[in-house]
Amino acid sequence: MIAAEPIDPAALLDGFARATAGVGAIASFIGMVRSDDGAVSALWLDHHPTLTERAIAEIAESARARFEVSAVHITHRVGSVGAGEPIVFVAAAARHRRAAFDAVDYMMDRLKTDAPLWKREQRGDKAVWIEAREVDHQDRARWEKTP
Amino acid sequence: MRLTFFGRLRDAVGASELQREVPTEVADSEALRAWLGGAFPELIDPKVRIALDDVVASGAVPISGVREVAFLPPVSGG
Repeated sequence: MIAAEPIDPAALLDGFARATAGVGAIASFIGMVRSDDGAVSALWLDHHPTLTERAIAEIAESARARFEVSAVHITHRVGSVGAGEPIVFVAAAARHRRAAFDAVDYMMDRLKTDAPLWKREQRGDKAVWIEAREVDHQDRARWEKTP
Repeated sequence: MRLTFFGRLRDAVGASELQREVPTEVADSEALRAWLGGAFPELIDPKVRIALDDVVASGAVPISGVREVAFLPPVSGG
C-alpha cells in the first residue's frame, strides 16, 4: 500500500509479526531517505493515483507466488519525506529464513525499477529528479535468471 | 482528452495535467506522443511510457474513446 503520511516501521513490523504469529522467520527492510551528508534535506515522491497501488500489489503477489512465504507486506511513502525518515517498509514471513530474505530482496528490487514512483531530491534550493541507477536494473535482472 | 504528467515530466511540461482536443488524424498512442512532442520534446523519449485509461500501452494503441492519457518517465522508487 501507499502512505501519504509518515510511517512507523516498528509499529508496522509489530503488526505484521502479530498477523503472522507462528511462522518460523520474518525478514524486513526499511529504506530511509539518505541525507548525503546534509546535502539532501527532503525527497518528494510523485505517484500515479491508480497504477502505483496496482503495481505494488502485483509485486507483493509475485513475491507470494515465487517464494515459500506465508505473507508479505509493502508500505511505500509518497509525498514529502524528510532526510532520515523512512520511505519504504517491506516484510516477509516464512517457515524458514531463506525464503523470507529472498522475498524481501526481490520486492525491493522490483520497487526500485517497476513501481510508478518518482523521487525528487531537494538539494539546497535545487530540486533534482532521480532515475533508477544501472545497478538497480542489474539487481532487478537477477530475478529473471532463476525461475 | 485529459493528459497527465508524472515525475520530471511535470516540470518539463510545466503542469501535472492538460486538457487537449486531439485531432482525429492522431489515432494512436505513438501518434499522440509525436503530436505532443512538438510542444514538449521530452515526451518523444521512448523510455517515457504511455498509459491509456490506466493501462500501460505496449506499442501504438488506438486512442479512440480514451479519456485519460498518462505519460510516465523512468521510475525511481524504493
